[in-house]
Order: sequence, then C-alpha cells, then structure tokens
Amino acid sequence: MSDERKPGGTEDLPEPVVRRSRVGISLIWLVPVLAAVVGLSLVINSWMQAGPTITITFQTASGIDPGKTQVKYKSVVIGRVERVTLAPDRSHVEVEVALDKRAKGFAAADTRFWVVRPRIGLGGVSGVDTLLSGAFIGADVGDSTEYRDEFQGLEMPPSVPHGAPGKSFVLHSGDLGSLDIGSPVYYRRIQVGRVASYQLDPDGKGVSLQIFVDGPNDKFVTQSARFWNASGVDVSLGANGLKLNTQSLATVLAGGVAFQDPPGPHDSTPAPEQASFTLFGDQVAAMAPPDGPPRYIRMRFEQSLRGLTVDAPVEFLGVNIGRVVSINLDYDDKRQRFPVLVGAVVYPQRLGRAYDKLAALAKANGDDDLSQMMGRLIEHGLRAQARTGNLLTGQLYIALDFLPNVPKVAFDAKARPLEIPTAPGSFDKLQEQMAEIINKIQKVPFDSIGQHLDQTLAELGGTLKQVNAETLPQFRRTLEGAQQTLGTANSTLSADSPLQQNLGDTLEQLQRMARSLRVLTDYLGGHPESLIRGRRPDAAPAAPPAQPRETQQGSKP
Amino acid sequence: MSAPPRAAELGLIGCHVCGQVSRDPRRAGMACPRCGAPLHRRKTGSIARSWALLIAALILYLPANLLPIMRTVSLGDVDDNTILSGVVELWVKGSPGLAVIVFSASIVVPMMKFLVLGTLLLSVQRGSAWARQPRARLYRLVEFIGYWSMLDVFVVALLTALVQFGFFSLVEPLPGVVFFGLTVVLTMLASMSFDPRLIWDGRTDDE
Repeated sequence: MSDERKPGGTEDLPEPVVRRSRVGISLIWLVPVLAAVVGLSLVINSWMQAGPTITITFQTASGIDPGKTQVKYKSVVIGRVERVTLAPDRSHVEVEVALDKRAKGFAAADTRFWVVRPRIGLGGVSGVDTLLSGAFIGADVGDSTEYRDEFQGLEMPPSVPHGAPGKSFVLHSGDLGSLDIGSPVYYRRIQVGRVASYQLDPDGKGVSLQIFVDGPNDKFVTQSARFWNASGVDVSLGANGLKLNTQSLATVLAGGVAFQDPPGPHDSTPAPEQASFTLFGDQVAAMAPPDGPPRYIRMRFEQSLRGLTVDAPVEFLGVNIGRVVSINLDYDDKRQRFPVLVGAVVYPQRLGRAYDKLAALAKANGDDDLSQMMGRLIEHGLRAQARTGNLLTGQLYIALDFLPNVPKVAFDAKARPLEIPTAPGSFDKLQEQMAEIINKIQKVPFDSIGQHLDQTLAELGGTLKQVNAETLPQFRRTLEGAQQTLGTANSTLSADSPLQQNLGDTLEQLQRMARSLRVLTDYLGGHPESLIRGRRPDAAPAAPPAQPRETQQGSKP
Repeated sequence: MSAPPRAAELGLIGCHVCGQVSRDPRRAGMACPRCGAPLHRRKTGSIARSWALLIAALILYLPANLLPIMRTVSLGDVDDNTILSGVVELWVKGSPGLAVIVFSASIVVPMMKFLVLGTLLLSVQRGSAWARQPRARLYRLVEFIGYWSMLDVFVVALLTALVQFGFFSLVEPLPGVVFFGLTVVLTMLASMSFDPRLIWDGRTDDE
C-alpha cells in the first residue's frame, strides 16, 4: 500500500473502465420543477376554487366559529366563515364568508342566510344535528342574478324555501293571537302550510300575516275561503251537551290557522298568489255571513251596569247583531243622577231577510239609513235592556226587545249616533222587589224581640235555679218521710204483726162477748124475773152452769 | 503547514463502494474495475442536486405549512389543524411540553436544515475557507437530526390508524401531511447529495 502512494507505483494500478458518457446532469432539476408545478397547481387550484367573499350581518355571532362554521345549502357545504367582526357601532356582528367557486351564484341579491341552531318549539324540534356539530349558516337562494356581497342575516330560518311549490297568501287580523312564524295552517285538520311572516300594518291598526300553503293543497284556498285562528280550545255548551272542539294538541299550545270554504254556494275558483283574506277569531265568526257595514248606537241606562263589559253581545230578539264597544259614566245635572252611556256597534245585515225587507221599505220612504225606520220601531216599544246573561257570573248583555206598556219617549232620527231609549231590565225589577221584601224584613224589631226573649230566658233560668236549690231537697225529704211511713205501715199491716194478733184477739173476745150477750138475752127472755130476784141457784142445773162457764171463760181473758 | 496531498493530485481515484483505488484517467463515465460501481472524485453534481432538492423541499414546505395536516372529528365537531395551529392548540390547551416538541420537530428542524444546507452550498460554491470545521460539524448535525422531522408524519399516521371510532372520534390525514413528508424526504436527500469533502476543496488556507 505504501509503495502505491509513490508516483512511480501508480502505473501498476488498474485503469478504470470507461463507459459511454450519459446525458444530463440537470435531470435532478426536474425535482424542484415538479415541486414548483405542484405548488403552482395548488395555488391555481385554490385561486380557481375561491369564490366571492360575502359579508352577512347577524344580531349575534353565537355559535359561529371563524374558520370552522360552514355555510350549507341543502346540507351541502358551499362556503366557510372566514372572519367574525363586530360592527363599528357594536349593534351587530359582521360575518365574512368565503363562498366556493361553484357557489358563486349564492352571492345574489335575493339569497337569504340564517344561522341554524337547535330550536325547540311547540311545533317541534329542529337542528338537533347542530347540537353536537355546532351551528352552521343555512342559505336559501332565489332567482336573482344580480351580484351582491352584503347580506342581512335572518334571525329565524325562513319558513318557506324559495321555489317550493305552493302559494303565499296574506291574512289580515286585529291581533296576532298566539300565532308565530311557522305556526301551522290547517285544512280539514290536515296541515297544509304555515305562517311565513307577520308584520304590523303601516297604520298600526292590525296585523298582516303571510302564510304559505304547500302545493298541491294550495288549490283548496278559494276566492271565498274563510280563515280563522284555530288556537285554543273551543268549549260550547249546547242542547246536545258539552262540546269541546280543537284542531290539534299542538295548535292548542302553539296556535294555528285553519281555513275552509263557507257553506252554501260560493266562488270556488282557486285564489291567486298573494290574495288577501281576513283572519277571523274563531270558526263560527269565520263561517258567519258577512256582517256588512257597522252602525254605531248609543244607549243611556239609569241603573248600575255591573257585569256589562266591552264586547258584551247586543241581541235583537235573541239574534246577536253586535257588541258593546264603550261604557262611560255621565252626569245628569238636573236629576243629580249618574246615567251610564253604553256605546255599541251593530251590524244590521245580521238580521238577514228582515234587514232586506226593512231596507227596501226604508228606501221606498226615502230613508236611506234606516234611522226613521228605527223611530217607528221605537214607537212600537223597541227598548234596550241590560239583561243578565249568566246568573252565576252576573254577566250582562244588551237586549233590544219590544216591551209592552213602556212610556213613550222622544226619538231624534237625526241624532248621530242614534240613541236607543232604554228600559230597566227584568232582573232590575226583580231586584227592586227583592229590595222591598228585604226592607220589610228589616223593619221587624229583631233587636227588642231578642232583648225580651233574653230577659224571659234569664228569669226562667233564675226560677229553675231556685227550684234546684230549694224545692228539690225539700221534695226529696218529703219523699223520704213518705217512704218511712209506708214502711211502717207495711210492717204494721204485715200478717205477723202484734197489731194483727191483738186485733184477732180483740175480735175473738168481741165474738165471745157477743155470744155471752146472746146467752144473757136468751136467759133473760126465759127468766125476766131474774133481773129483780136474781138467778135461781138450782134452776136448769145442766144448761145454766154451761152458760156461766162460757161467760166465765169468756170474761176470764 | 503543508496539507497532505489529495488523491486527485496524485492521479488516483477511490471506489466509494469497495474501496478499490485506481488511476484517475480524468475522464467522465469511469467505473470501478473491481466491483463495477461508477467512479467519481466527488459526488456527481453534488451542489446542483443539493440545490435542486433543497429548492424543491422549500417549495413543498409552503403547502405543508399552509394546508391542514390532520382532521380530528369528535362527536361531530370537525377540527382541521395545520402544523402551526396544532402547536398553538397544544400550547393553549395546556401541553406546552408537547407543543415545544412538535414545534421543534416540525418547524425548527426543517427550517434549520434549509438554512444550514443553503449556507453550506453557498460557501462551497464560493470556495470559501471560512470556518471549515464548524461547517463540517453543522453538516453532521443536519444529517443526524434530519429524520426526526418525520415525527409529525408518524403521529398523523399512527392516530389515523388508531383513532377510528366513527361518530365519536375520528382522525383523518389531510393533504398537508403528504407535502410535509415530501419536504422532509427531500431535505434528507439534499443533505445526502451534498458532498462534505467539497468543504475542504478550496485549499487557500491549507497552503
């Protein structure tokens, strides 16, 4: 080895084999080129993929996580939240969303965005999947092609997706009731739609509801369809007993709208999109024939109207023709009284055929608004009365009725509002009579009667006390004495008592004495001289010795 | 002091494979007469190869860091993480030790390799005689720590294989990890292509 290092030794070393030289030292540069191509393709890809960036404003960013929260349309991811910032005035949040290239059509003027969160309502539960995965932003795209990148996010999911088959209608109501967005719309108790939105009318005097009825059931909404608020429970007590009427339990709790065609002949062509309807309070009101224009009347009652409320019915011969709208106190200076002024709205058309005939008659007489006709009716005894509708609660209603024997009153047909004379109600009369009876009862001097009764009772009490304290012991002693006497008598009279024996002896002696007397008399009868001469010593030696012996015997004891 | 002569100066060339020393005809395409392995005085195109591979690695390092490398799904909560966001998450969630390990393995080590290899290549190209011994030490260090950068790739591979509980927990690799792996492999190849003998080729201070 050491000699191989010498320059001379190098000749012994073998020559390397020489091969054909190959091309390309720079093949290795393919690697960075490839890497660059891959990197570039990534960049280009992401640039190609990148769609428009849009900004959506929400009230709150709750559940929105930048970089993670997705934007979905029909459960397909179409974008991702990039950034969440607070608006400069801190009134809302601005969510920047990077849409996918494919989803650039969503940056259109009528696209709606909302945050899908779990929602638990009476109508059901939605968005349960977001409980675990977190909220996402839902999107609904319309037809517009106009580009827009600033959106106002909805706080509630839209109840009607764009392009869904069906029709929207507008309902007008006095108030919203328990309805809400998403409340069901029923047709023959089948849900066929829902409330899409609601807003106050511009004048603030009512509420307009947008409802959406899904196809193909939207054809059942006809020109003459009647809508009513199906919320709550309708309990009616009729001749057939208690009747409970509801749509569904969910409706009872959450509210709903029902519609149906009115009975009888009606226009049954399907209503056009955005047709307007009135939302009635209940089915009865909805199905009732139209009321026509209302008339305002006023009544002046002299008695208390406790139990009369606004909305109490006004009935004409038992037919509900209107309702009370105001109850006010007035002061009558001359009579120092406080009359009650009751205002009511009546719908004359509710009288049906009677109205038609009256109207025709009135027209013929040149009376265009029935006020003169009213005057004639009042002449015939038409009066308003406040009657008790419910004895339990004391609810009053206004009855217009023809009353016999009412004093005539002046009626001014020109006065507006029309003033209907009143009569005290039947219940008021009853009340007066009751009051009289009560007055009479009150006049009975219950106080003095009571006092007297009290005194008498006190005296009776004293007497009884005396009887108890004095008479009774004496009486007892008397009784005891009597008992003793009786005992003594008893013992005296008993068979073995000495009295008895003495008596027996006495009686025996008496007997003997009687016998000896008889003997004496017999002797004297035979020997009367013996009274003077005395007894002969030897006469009748047998018989006389027996008699003296008897006598001796008898006198001996 | 005079430096010992080099093989090239003596007209000799050694085989890298079997160690056979032969005469250097100073022509291209030589092969070892004993084992047939190609002969070259220095690794062929060492600088160019290293540069190429290093540049390729650098290019791929961008998507490796920008693209997410791993998707963690737990109870429907999808979480995509890039290398840096993973480090930040580890740090925030209370594992600073792990964060430091991942950060040094995935960020510090590749960056260091780029810097060190770049410096070596530049200095060798310019024939600089500056700090030869420290440079040689740096090269050995790069060679030694190069493969530790694969840590992240292994973590992703292991987790992907182990954590597959469907809805409850799921780990999926994402394209970023491929780029990262490629970067690490390319830097290792680049450092292998570099011929450390080139550091000593400029003889200015030897003479």
